[in-house]
Amino acid sequence: MTAIQTRRKPITIGNIAALMVLGVLAVSWLLPFAWALVTSLKTETDAGSTPVSWIPPSGFTFDAYAQVLGDGNLLTWTFNSLLTSVIITVLTVGLSALAAYAFSRLDFSGRKWLFAVIIGSIIIPPQVLIIPLFYQMLAMDLVDTYWGIILPQVIAPAMVFILKKFFDQIPIELEEAARMDGASRLRVFMTIVLPLSRPILAAVAIFVFIAAWNNFLWPFIITNDTALMTLPVGLQTVKSAFGVQYAQNMAMAILAALPLIVVFLIFQRQIIRGIATTGLGGQ
Amino acid sequence: MTTTLTNHAPNHAPKKVAVTPTARPGGPASRKRGENLTGWMFIGPFMVFFILFLVVPIVWGLYLSFTGQTLTGRGGGLVGFANYQEALVDPDMWRSMGNTLWFVLISTVPLVLIALAMAVLVNLGLPGQWLWRLSYFMPYLLASSVVSLFWVWMFNPQLGLINAMTGLFGAEPIAWLQDPKYAMLGIVIATVWWTVGFNFLLYLAALQNIPEQQYEAAALDGAGKWRQLVSITIPNLAPTTVLILILQILASLKVFDQIYQMTAGGPGGTTRSAVQYIFEVGFTGYRFGYSSAISYIFFALIVIISIAQFAVASRKGLKK
Repeated sequence: MTAIQTRRKPITIGNIAALMVLGVLAVSWLLPFAWALVTSLKTETDAGSTPVSWIPPSGFTFDAYAQVLGDGNLLTWTFNSLLTSVIITVLTVGLSALAAYAFSRLDFSGRKWLFAVIIGSIIIPPQVLIIPLFYQMLAMDLVDTYWGIILPQVIAPAMVFILKKFFDQIPIELEEAARMDGASRLRVFMTIVLPLSRPILAAVAIFVFIAAWNNFLWPFIITNDTALMTLPVGLQTVKSAFGVQYAQNMAMAILAALPLIVVFLIFQRQIIRGIATTGLGGQ
Repeated sequence: MTTTLTNHAPNHAPKKVAVTPTARPGGPASRKRGENLTGWMFIGPFMVFFILFLVVPIVWGLYLSFTGQTLTGRGGGLVGFANYQEALVDPDMWRSMGNTLWFVLISTVPLVLIALAMAVLVNLGLPGQWLWRLSYFMPYLLASSVVSLFWVWMFNPQLGLINAMTGLFGAEPIAWLQDPKYAMLGIVIATVWWTVGFNFLLYLAALQNIPEQQYEAAALDGAGKWRQLVSITIPNLAPTTVLILILQILASLKVFDQIYQMTAGGPGGTTRSAVQYIFEVGFTGYRFGYSSAISYIFFALIVIISIAQFAVASRKGLKK
């Protein structure tokens, strides 16, 4: 069995074994989704009774979804997550791109040490900042506000690093020609650099968005008002509130999982390429 | 790494008239001043956020760690090293640090090995590519709250799927998340399921960059599949493995979300992580000063581990 043969995918014992392992892994990885989905389609009585079954005695029903959606909190939390994540993404990508361009192209004083400081700050875990940050938010009167959720999430030193590396690779000649024609730095940045950087900007934006959408600790600390909670924080409260309503819990989880799965299906290639080329998102 | 970039700025600086009216085009001094102004205008907005939400809290946190500050504002005076002295003999702090290291240790191994196995198998190019990628990676996109809801339900002692399945083989039901013997294992299983897809994609990308000729040459020399895996694939993946280990260990040290939501650190503190202890001392005990001191001890631990990682990685010459 050689590498050349493998590319033609002959039916060999090795390939069948590999397919079986792939299949077992895929089933294991899809199982929690499937189990949650089936549970969400049961009546509460069936969901809470033994023996555990895939096909409920009283049949499938959308009752749990109707309950959860009728309650309204889920839609509020989804809206809050969408609003804060979009603002965080726009601000983070915009500010990081501007800074990264300056570090890549402009010879201002203090550039080198400032860049070193920003790169060094990647090592700081956001989790160790929660106490002073909360204090700051108290002082700025931003506890239980959208801006309180948003502002501390905007700094992303790693994104500056990734974008600068990309800008460094853009041939300088393109910009010089425009500068010869009298275009300002900002104009060159907006009309030449940004359009050329679309793939990396998309990758960074998607990752910032996913990180913001899924962020738990900070929104959890800064919001007490149910109406201001983001989806992950709101979901965390339902476990105790609903007690033993398993079908509703799973309906909530499935509905909460849907938006990002849709985002993934749409941006699959960018996400996979983004991880492949930058290794970002690991935070 | 990349701090040494090509210094091309002076070549095109003279066109700076628009931004600095006082600049005489061509004069080196004015050129420099123009670049300064533009440079600071570009990084200004970022720096405002950087200073307000990173520099200020890190300095303030350090200050707080030397005070007896509470949420109610009492005890704000300086207490010297009292908080640090208390932390060093605080059994709960050491226990939470120990739990964190234990979690890192037992989660990193499967998170690397399973990801590697998945990537090598998918890279064989067998049918079903789309399905394999989607199912292995999809959990990575879920919020910790969704992951926790899923797995608390999977691990439910009476109604959960895990016990129902192990029961088919005659195993006794296990109270996964309520039993001190199994709680951390349960969290590790959920975590591996949740995040292995990220490492899988990193490995897959690296595998696709290995030149096909290496395999062809090995095949001509009579090397079998297994031999090729050991002599070509694994060595070629070494830099990726180092990258994954560095990212994974640093990320796992900060574990909080799924533990807090699955077991709340229980039973009996057996799964409480360092970040959770910081959180609890600060927001349940309202001892901001003490919590800040623990934050700084934890921060020091992370810095030491990072430096050690980079030292090892550089010495082995594996770092990209």
